[in-house]
Amino acid sequence: MLEIRGLSKSFGGVKATDNVSLDFADGSLTAVIGPNGAGKSTFFNLITGALRPDAGQILLNGVDMAGKTPPEIVGHGIGRAFQVASIFPSLTVEETMLATVCADQRRAGVMHRRFPLAETRDRAEHAMELLGLANKRNRTAATLSHGDQKLLDIALALVLDPRVLLLDEPTAGMGTEERWRMIDKVRELWEKQKITVVFIEHDMDIVFKIAPQIVVLCYGRILATGTPDAIRRNDAVIEAYLGSEDHAGAVA
Amino acid sequence: MTELQAGQGTQPLEVPRIDARPQRYRDVLIALVAFAVLALLPMIFGSKSLLDFVIRCSAYGLFATSLNLLVGYTGLISFGHGMFFGLGAYGFGLMMQKTGVPIPVAFVATLVITTVVAAVIGAICVRLKEIYFAFVTLAFQMLIHSTILSWQSLTGGDQGLRGGIPRPPLLGIDLSNHLHLYIMSCALLVIGLLLMRQIAQSPFGYTLRMIRDNATRASFIGIDVWRAKLTIFVLAALFASTGGMIMALFVSGAYPEFAYWTISGEGIFINMLGGVTTFLGPMVGTVLLLILNDTVTRLTEYHGIVLGIVILFFAIGLRKGLMDFVVEWVAQRREKANG
Repeated sequence: MLEIRGLSKSFGGVKATDNVSLDFADGSLTAVIGPNGAGKSTFFNLITGALRPDAGQILLNGVDMAGKTPPEIVGHGIGRAFQVASIFPSLTVEETMLATVCADQRRAGVMHRRFPLAETRDRAEHAMELLGLANKRNRTAATLSHGDQKLLDIALALVLDPRVLLLDEPTAGMGTEERWRMIDKVRELWEKQKITVVFIEHDMDIVFKIAPQIVVLCYGRILATGTPDAIRRNDAVIEAYLGSEDHAGAVA
Repeated sequence: MTELQAGQGTQPLEVPRIDARPQRYRDVLIALVAFAVLALLPMIFGSKSLLDFVIRCSAYGLFATSLNLLVGYTGLISFGHGMFFGLGAYGFGLMMQKTGVPIPVAFVATLVITTVVAAVIGAICVRLKEIYFAFVTLAFQMLIHSTILSWQSLTGGDQGLRGGIPRPPLLGIDLSNHLHLYIMSCALLVIGLLLMRQIAQSPFGYTLRMIRDNATRASFIGIDVWRAKLTIFVLAALFASTGGMIMALFVSGAYPEFAYWTISGEGIFINMLGGVTTFLGPMVGTVLLLILNDTVTRLTEYHGIVLGIVILFFAIGLRKGLMDFVVEWVAQRREKANG
């Protein structure tokens, strides 16, 4: 269970995250939506330790993550993927996976043995299979297509066996067809892995179709939370966000 | 790109996987052969200047390869790596002159001193981002250089550490014998390279590559970036220090130039010459630079201009070091042969 309590963060005078409290049940799938600048990425950056919160608690099974460093938070089981695929360009897919498992097994500092370690193979293999990257194992990350780079980024988070997986716009920069393939993949992973998944998404069609639970952020505050149906009918959401954009059609 | 993708479909299902074990035996074998060849060299060529050349290559080669652990593998561009070369030379020289301990004791003690100094300087520097890291390491280099210059009573100031380095023979090894010194240098070079190769090809070596490629991402898969950077900073310093000790034995003294920023500059120069993407690139660069230095200084007094033109050729013309170029060329030929 991931519980956010009164989380706040300001940049200068701007409250990017303003007293946000939320619960993410174990094994839930939640979409975070909101207009540009709503504080979605900041919210993720706070949870994962990229930013230090001004106030509030981030409780993962009762342990507060606020103020911990990214490696510590990863160690507690919160993994993330990035809006712009964050990968290791010069390493091959397989090397990336093997080295990441190594890090997770606290063997990143091992010097007396040769890379890769035999005990890292199975998990690396499993993650590559899961994301459909096994046949591209010998390609360097830089030569992968945009979609595969995003998948590799997710694989990096997933191979760590996280309890909570945060995906910052898994479909960013993709064409319509590719988006659906990616989001099907995300849903499939969620179902298979039985982990808590929280993702940021701009495409309303996608959000309403696959997310059982939706959080709407606006100016750093929670505007609404609930099921797709509830969000669709929420007046505040329609006025502040959906109504003012092209997605009005989807709502009506 | 399209060629790559086209090739993808025709690949057999069983894709070759990385295997670790044979690599290690291969490296040890190469090291043994290299050492055997170097050890036999004096029997074939009696020339003392050739042996001198190899000893200098050992000193600079260890220094430059260790710098590549920082520059090429971790992405830490240190402009002050030469301080550890100087520290090794002075530490060892002083230890031998003042205390009269056996050579191995002085060797280990110098490494211990280097570890402490590198840990302190590294702890301050590795937090800094690229250009700041480069300049602060350079600043520490100047600090050490100034200390050597001004602490005359200990270091001899700008005159350097004179009076020779005593070398009591131990177990039949007498480093005042030129041949013994030669063999010892070769052994230190080969062992040093083998150890650095092991570091580069270990899980830790891949951690370093990840940090070089994308340090932020590395921290989000649980890697303590600061600790890994500090570890490699100290390890690289140890090998640089070993290079300095060989140099001190070779010239039988230590001079402030060993700790001057130009040594760091030469290290960077060597890495650019030889290339940073292969393990042996800096070693090739070392040999190239020393040959260049020796021949050019013999031919003209304007050797600086010639060396400058050479580096411009590599930096702007090839845009990579010699070994990078060779490796790419071989890969391209192989690709053509296959496709």
